[in-house]
Amino acid sequence: MKSYREIAGDGGSDVLGQVAERSARLRARMAPVATTLAVMSGKGGVGKSVVSANLAAALATRARRVGVLDADLNGPCLARMLGVEGRRLKLGDDGIVPAEGPLGVKVVSMDLLLPESGSALAWRAPAAQNQFAWRGMLEATALAEFAGDTAWGELDFLLIDLPPGAERFADLHDLLPACDKALVVTTPSGLAIASVRRSVILARKLDARLLGAVENMAGLFAADGPAQALGVPLLGSIPFDPRIAQCADRGLPFVSAHPDAPAARAFAALADEIERRCTAEAAR
Amino acid sequence: MKFLCVGCDEPMTLAQAPDPPSQGSLSAIFRCARCGQRVALLTNPWETQLVCSLGVAIGGPKPTRKPLALVRATLAEAGLLWTEEAEQRLAHVPEPVRPMARAAIERYARGQGYGEVDCAVMDEAKARMHG
Repeated sequence: MKSYREIAGDGGSDVLGQVAERSARLRARMAPVATTLAVMSGKGGVGKSVVSANLAAALATRARRVGVLDADLNGPCLARMLGVEGRRLKLGDDGIVPAEGPLGVKVVSMDLLLPESGSALAWRAPAAQNQFAWRGMLEATALAEFAGDTAWGELDFLLIDLPPGAERFADLHDLLPACDKALVVTTPSGLAIASVRRSVILARKLDARLLGAVENMAGLFAADGPAQALGVPLLGSIPFDPRIAQCADRGLPFVSAHPDAPAARAFAALADEIERRCTAEAAR
Repeated sequence: MKFLCVGCDEPMTLAQAPDPPSQGSLSAIFRCARCGQRVALLTNPWETQLVCSLGVAIGGPKPTRKPLALVRATLAEAGLLWTEEAEQRLAHVPEPVRPMARAAIERYARGQGYGEVDCAVMDEAKARMHG
């Protein structure tokens, strides 16, 4: 009797071909993007999205073309932080047209597709029970659609803001091999560093370039030297400033609202450092 | 997944592509080209969900792909997507009544089962409102 491998095709559906087609579409979409950078952390609440939003704004201030993909489908907040909350994604000739925030940052987020800002994400599914069994796969496919169906155009940077979880970068890397660079965000708290270390260990196992760590809310906790504890270069240290959260709530990048504040200068320095490292990588 | 006719040792091919899932199940019919033997594949809700979650079509011609097709089809509640042209046209409606106009057009579009709003849908909705 013939074995699975001796039979060509799958009887007419060509499921593998369809998946390969999707990957090819995704690759083509990412081709005009110079640098795709994942912003990740093993721990929630360390300020990944704040770092993503302000890094995007700081890069855009330097006249870089920047896009942001909010990969946190269940808890999207970048639309609000980047001042496009309430807007909608549009259908253009070449796909989805991202919302454009202050400084021209292009934003794609689940929040821009849900009927109202703040709506909970719920899927309509044949198997409504035991969602744990399929939800991850559905969300991965959804993320691939967001990345691959958006008309990003030419970008210098596409930042992908990942939800918390050590495994999230590995999932993204499977889905989007073009995203081969990442930075980790942590706070100086020992608990956060311990969680973030897991992300670092996992990322190192992949064929990906971990640029380094960003220490957020620096000075708020006693611990020092989180990057050293993580064993990665320190890309930047953002001092705690309560106005950062206030700006995020108002949809105003902190770097634009308070450009002379120490934290804004730290974001600017982070943008410079990211750019310097990415340029050096490209030159290799 | 592949089907083999054991008697002929020949792979079976899809004879009837599945309709959209009904009560959480997909059914597809495969046939052996040599002996004509037919078998039906019937999926349980979790198997159906697996296929849906992958965003692939089983059998038959592939439908024309639209942006965010899976996301829009699978979200329990998704806002309608407007084309750029339709948004530009809506922008000509005076601002104080624009939200009302948008809501009325979306209500019409949903009622008709449309997944997006373009200028043609706006014309239809307008004709219905004034008709």
